[in-house]
Amino acid sequence: MSDVTTTGGIAPVTPVPHGRAYWAVADTLNITRRYLTHFRRQPINIAWQLGFPIISVLLYGFVFGEAMKVPGGEGDYKDFLMPGMFVMTMAFGFMNTAMGVVTDASKGVIDRFRSMPMAPSAVSAGRGLSDIVVACAELTILALTAVAIGWRPDNGVLNAIAAFALLLLLRFSLIWVGVWLGLVVPTPEAAGGLYAVAFPLTMISSVFVAPSLMPDWLAPIAAWNPVSSTGTAARELFGNPGAGGSSWVEQNAVLMGVVWPLVVTAVFLPLAVRRFKRLSR
Amino acid sequence: MNSAEHAVRARGLVKRYGDKRALDGFDLTVEHGTVHGLLGPNGAGKTTAVRILATLLRLDGGRAEVGGVDVVRDARAVRGRIGLTGQYAAVDEILTGRQNLEMFGRLFHLGGGQAARRAAELLEQFDLTAAADKGAGQYSGGMRRRLDLAASMILAPSVLFLDEPTTGLDPRSRSEVWESVRSLVASGTSVLLTTQYLEEADRLASRITVIDQGRAIADDTPDGLKATVGSSHLEVVVTEAADLPAVVKAVARVADGEPETVDAERRVQAAVTDRVAALTDVARTLQDEGIAVEDIGLRRPSLDDVFLRLTGDRPAEESAGDETGAAA
Ligand SMILES: Nc1ncnc2c1ncn2[C@@H]1O[C@H](COP(=O)(O)OP(=O)(O)OP(=O)(O)O)[C@@H](O)[C@H]1O
Ligand SMILES: [Mg+2]
Repeated sequence: MSDVTTTGGIAPVTPVPHGRAYWAVADTLNITRRYLTHFRRQPINIAWQLGFPIISVLLYGFVFGEAMKVPGGEGDYKDFLMPGMFVMTMAFGFMNTAMGVVTDASKGVIDRFRSMPMAPSAVSAGRGLSDIVVACAELTILALTAVAIGWRPDNGVLNAIAAFALLLLLRFSLIWVGVWLGLVVPTPEAAGGLYAVAFPLTMISSVFVAPSLMPDWLAPIAAWNPVSSTGTAARELFGNPGAGGSSWVEQNAVLMGVVWPLVVTAVFLPLAVRRFKRLSR
Repeated sequence: MNSAEHAVRARGLVKRYGDKRALDGFDLTVEHGTVHGLLGPNGAGKTTAVRILATLLRLDGGRAEVGGVDVVRDARAVRGRIGLTGQYAAVDEILTGRQNLEMFGRLFHLGGGQAARRAAELLEQFDLTAAADKGAGQYSGGMRRRLDLAASMILAPSVLFLDEPTTGLDPRSRSEVWESVRSLVASGTSVLLTTQYLEEADRLASRITVIDQGRAIADDTPDGLKATVGSSHLEVVVTEAADLPAVVKAVARVADGEPETVDAERRVQAAVTDRVAALTDVARTLQDEGIAVEDIGLRRPSLDDVFLRLTGDRPAEESAGDETGAAA
């Protein structure tokens, strides 16, 4: 059982011998590279993916900035809003994951990968890794834009790093929601309908408004929204004005900013893996 | 390459979707270095069979080996020696043709340098060099198909599965794909080709399995299959429908059985044994009677005839569709 094969007189092709663990990592990096090459091939997508949050930052910052007051507190609305914009961008990211996965699944690309001797885990892991790389780029650009219009984190470098880490942790947990959804919905067109779910999910939160200002039935939902926990935690860590709130979940935002993504990952990572395995049923 | 007796050997494959059996005791043997056609109507189970052999689907019963390796127990080893071109071209439409092949090459564990070299070779071989650095999304249907084929050829697989590789292609692209398949087989690859085009199976395959409702209902050479339908056909097409009864009478004298009339096409046809004598006899009779003949001739049985004979005149598409609905 030799691995060396020849094609009609052309030089032989020899797979490089390495262990499974090596290839699991290398395959993942190759899939990541594939998605990042997409940005190089279609720079307009960078403009879309990064331009949208930038425009939002500028828009909300200038249009609402003067009109809005920080809910129940002192300070500049811009300082309140910016962490909200960061978390919103992270939260919407699962749509990009879902779109990428459903496109590959419906075009047969995932089947091609599955018929190849590569590590099956690399298909999703590579996608996830590229999502994190993109999220880092998004956060960098957003933060620079925010600083340019006057946003300041004034709670020290370490806390600021911790805030960005929590934002990335949220994005990480939503990768698995995205992979799962991408394997559940039948077509990219159907996946477009997910925006109808994504929008309220991020809006019913403390991103723009304090839950305490919402109707009684809505306030707890907004307060317990994982997006709110990350948002509130980021504000705390950046030293920006917060949305206040006296409920337990609002008082323990940093803790919940760690717990929520872990819960989401614990639920959706196995669901995504199961869904992937079910492709062979 | 390996000492296995057959390129593909499947026995008693069963695949269930709910109550529906997509495969119901399917047998298949593909000899090394040949093109084997898998022919069947919509919903017959062709794609299901290919997906099981390519390790994409788990089977509910039976055994399958590719190059002597069990597709269930040693799926990874099977994946190292097969290529798959599915029912639609599975390429990354954003990447260029070259980037696609290099990516798949690296995922076949060739390493960067080798993957690049192999990509260049395949682009050349599949006549895609000029478009190599264009996005695959801009390729024509035929070019995308060829890129897809090239991607399944990266490791020079010992068995290549082609699921309806020319569906939706224009005649020129179709013959280009056929040419590629022939050159692959010349270099030692065995091919399992599913198709609904009888002409395709006839041209490419040295052996054909006819599948219907999840079962192999025939397995033979194209000529052998044709022989099962028997003798040649005599066909007469007349100008005036009113002449049909007279034509039937003339043909009936030389035919093996009852002549068949297709009113809409003003056509009479019948199986004949003594071909030339029958043709001359009917032609002379019609001329004597002054009947205006639009077309008259002998036809060898086509695979269509075989196909219809074997699967019956059942409207395949409808029954498959109904069953899908029930299973879902
Ligand atoms: N995922 C599925 N769930 C339920 N039924 C399925 C599924 N996949 C296939 N089937 C059914 O199994 C049968 C065989 O399907 P298959 O796709 O193998 O046919 P096919 O011969 O490839 O048809 P076509 O020529 O249309 O491609 C069909 O009746 C189909 O409806
Ligand atoms: Mg099919």
